[in-house]
Amino acid sequence: MILVWIIGLLLCGGILCWLTDTWKAGYAKWIALASVVADGLIISALLVHFVTGTGPQAVSPYPAPQVTTPSAEPHAASPHAATPWLIDYRNTWIPSFGISLRLSMDGLSLILLSLTIFLGLLAVLSSWKEISERTGFFYFNLLWTLAGIAGVFLATDLFLFYFFWEVMLVPMYLLILIWGDSNRRYAAYKFFLFTQAGGLLMLLAILALYFIHGRQSGTYTFDYFAILQSTLSPTAARWIMLGFLAAFAVKLPVVPLHNWLPDAHSEAPTAGSIVLAGLLLKTGAYGIIRFVLPFFPQASTAIAPWAMLAGVISIVYGALLAFAQTDLKRLIAYTSVSHMGFVLLGIFAMQETAMQGVVIQLIAHGISTGALFAIAGMIKERLHTRELARMGGLQTSMPAMGNLAMVFAMASLGLPLFGNFIAEFLILLGAFPQYATLVVIASTALVFSALYCLRMMMRVFFGPAAPPTITPPTASAQQDIDSREWIILGLLCVGIVLLGLYPQPVMDLAKETIQQLTLNFRI
Amino acid sequence: MNELQFQALLPFIVLAAASILVILSIAFGRSHTFIQVAGFGMMCLVVLAMWLVRDALPREIAPLLVVDGLGALFTGLIIFSVLVIGLLSFIYFEEREENPKEYYILLFLATLGSAVLTISRHFISLFIGLELLSVSLYALIAYLRTRNNAVEAGMKYLMLAALSSAFLLFGMALIYLETGSMEFTGIARGLPSSGTPILFIMGMGFLLVAIGFKLALAPFHLWAADVYQGAPSPVTVFIATVSKTGVFAVLLRFAQAVHLQQYPAAMTIVVVISVASMIVGNLLALQQQNIKRLLAYSSIAHFGYLLVAFLPGDAAGAEAGFFYLLAYSITLLSAFGVITLLSTRQEDAGDLSGYRGLFWRDPVMGAVLAVALLSLAGIPLTAGFLGKFLVLGAGIGRQLWVPVIVLVLTSVIGLYFYLRVISTLFEKMPPAPARARPLHPFFYYATYAVLILLMGLSFWLGTFPRPAIREIEALLNIRLL
Repeated sequence: MILVWIIGLLLCGGILCWLTDTWKAGYAKWIALASVVADGLIISALLVHFVTGTGPQAVSPYPAPQVTTPSAEPHAASPHAATPWLIDYRNTWIPSFGISLRLSMDGLSLILLSLTIFLGLLAVLSSWKEISERTGFFYFNLLWTLAGIAGVFLATDLFLFYFFWEVMLVPMYLLILIWGDSNRRYAAYKFFLFTQAGGLLMLLAILALYFIHGRQSGTYTFDYFAILQSTLSPTAARWIMLGFLAAFAVKLPVVPLHNWLPDAHSEAPTAGSIVLAGLLLKTGAYGIIRFVLPFFPQASTAIAPWAMLAGVISIVYGALLAFAQTDLKRLIAYTSVSHMGFVLLGIFAMQETAMQGVVIQLIAHGISTGALFAIAGMIKERLHTRELARMGGLQTSMPAMGNLAMVFAMASLGLPLFGNFIAEFLILLGAFPQYATLVVIASTALVFSALYCLRMMMRVFFGPAAPPTITPPTASAQQDIDSREWIILGLLCVGIVLLGLYPQPVMDLAKETIQQLTLNFRI
Repeated sequence: MNELQFQALLPFIVLAAASILVILSIAFGRSHTFIQVAGFGMMCLVVLAMWLVRDALPREIAPLLVVDGLGALFTGLIIFSVLVIGLLSFIYFEEREENPKEYYILLFLATLGSAVLTISRHFISLFIGLELLSVSLYALIAYLRTRNNAVEAGMKYLMLAALSSAFLLFGMALIYLETGSMEFTGIARGLPSSGTPILFIMGMGFLLVAIGFKLALAPFHLWAADVYQGAPSPVTVFIATVSKTGVFAVLLRFAQAVHLQQYPAAMTIVVVISVASMIVGNLLALQQQNIKRLLAYSSIAHFGYLLVAFLPGDAAGAEAGFFYLLAYSITLLSAFGVITLLSTRQEDAGDLSGYRGLFWRDPVMGAVLAVALLSLAGIPLTAGFLGKFLVLGAGIGRQLWVPVIVLVLTSVIGLYFYLRVISTLFEKMPPAPARARPLHPFFYYATYAVLILLMGLSFWLGTFPRPAIREIEALLNIRLL
């Protein structure tokens, strides 16, 4: 039930924001903050509960043992042994189609949920001053996007999963469309069409799974755990997997499908960019881990080398393009492509160490890229530009922001002490034994990441200031960060360093899920 | 006719009485408001009658009609749509140049025609129903007879509908030649048990052409855009919802009776029409600048989707088809409601540029239209999503991969123009001059309230469809074996 509360709080908070704004402006942001903080408290309580291990025994959401069901080959090996699931909630929704309202949480979901609420809080804070018109509707959209993302991380009914997958789209589209930059319309279309095309293919795949499972077992259901038990013919598995992968690869994004990302990220308002980069991309990775690998172990083993190749291409291509950008937000957007390439590489290595690295990479990338977008937003508020050519020498006028940006740039390029280092190290380590060549190529991309991060720092904060004719040095353009911005960046800074120095709690939380998953692939 | 049969026919008799009541009140010189209220009352009586006779179903009135669950369900949808359309008509015609009273006679006659279609089990009743519907529509479309657009649209509809009636009759004759019967069940009995009955398939082809005209399916869609644009907005939504609902119902009943799904040749024709409609409708809608034309092309595509639910020919297909029509009708009624409210005395609010920043000018209407478009695009939380989901489910259940994949791909194309309109709604614009006070505040706000209700209904069906689906299943099971 607590899982329903987490999502419900965000949904209700969003509606409340919209309604109050129509009769009294200025309350919306406080309501938004309150609902995110309330969610944060719930999640922290859960985290404390499960990390310190004082919680009750994990629940088993698996159906009672069925002797009659032809047990699927490896992945149904021991469903009743150690189960990674912590909380399970289910209620009927549309029983005639076997659709239930089922939310379950394991370590992975908990980690990503915490990230969602954490970045959600920062997104609310960073739009505190930026959004001055139609604030109520803005926070409505922001909170509903967060609710959709939280739902995606929790849903264990395929229909419900698709439902949330789509629910986060429309508000995000409106965020870009209404509060975005000059080219917002184009970016918003592109974002929506790309993700929707992938999403519909996934819907086809979900329906195909539903019917195959129904024919086999006689019960038609969208339940994740029930479908996990069904066997697929290799051909069917391959096609259905491609349907799922289409949706997830667009979201992740994998290189030929990454086209929407730079536009959407750079045109969105700051909060939108944070949510897009920090959270939306993670749903793609989460989908692959949660659905593709467990449902189609053989098919994904077969496609693994190609997926890893695509991952490496994303890493190198993203890094190269990031280096060539002249627009600060586009630059950061391309670094995301590169970093998510590591995620793809790690997932399809199908190996425990690499998978641990993936989980940490998801958080680390969320924090570091979120922070960079927040900084880009702050610069834009001051200079009203995203062009690198019109910046420069900002370190003298805003030393605090410059130093903090340095921290996140270092994190992004994978320096030890920060979470990203741990993540990339683990991924490369885990993938090396089997795919040495790919790992070597991916490692060289680390040099590129140093190049683009340092170039960004040099252009924005160091180097000669832009001539006053281009960027007039007004008083507002000189201001260093204020206390609200200190809170945002400070929190992110603490998060990324903690993750770099002591990632053990995260690894412990995700351990059970990952072990269960990699069990399928051990030969 | 015994008492039970009479009971079963009661709703339809009340419906026929409604138009007579309107004629009489015109003869006695009653006002527009009186007619409006009386018409509303009669439609409520129809609903009441349906409620009363629900236990008498199913009942056969040999040889022409059969009142069963399917008929009740589709008639219910038709009456529901007409209730809303009647309300929209008041504001629209009260402010136009024509005398609005005769309009209601035609409206109720057309409704009766459409309702007869849903319960017909014989070619004769099918034809009578269809002609009742079409002839009323000729006049309804050209009702504002001083406007060039309206006359052009009426002429176009007249020519093509007459042509399609000819096709229909010829198809019926061929089928009669093969089977020696005009009753649906008799036709099924008359068909040879093995081999392909050539004449029957040919006749079926002609029938499908005629039905394709009525449902505006590609390649028989050429009239749609002009008629949608030229007709008065309430009539447009009548064509889009009520008339198509009736035709689809009779198609469904006929296909079920003769087991059309057994004949690959006939099914291939349906698949081709369906795929062509989806592609043509979505592609032609891409560049439209007039929202009525845009909705015309989108409705071509939507009936292409609907045929995907028709293809399996099983219970899941019928259920999905009805749910889809329900969602589609709710959506179109709310969209055209907004268009009607925004229309001025001189012209309908067709041009997209008139919708710029509507969401900020009038948040309620903007939201209603945005939700309607999202529902047409099939985005979750709205009824349209669940409809599309059920249709896809019905198609995949029978492994109809080609139409299903075309459906998915064309939906993405369709999304583009829905988004185009939505983004227009959210555009920033300088505050528009305040609108004049509504001339008929009661009806204005009543329409407003109905629009909000429709939006709520769309959300309700999209999130908690359980009661609705249970009812649909229960009603579809009430049938004669």
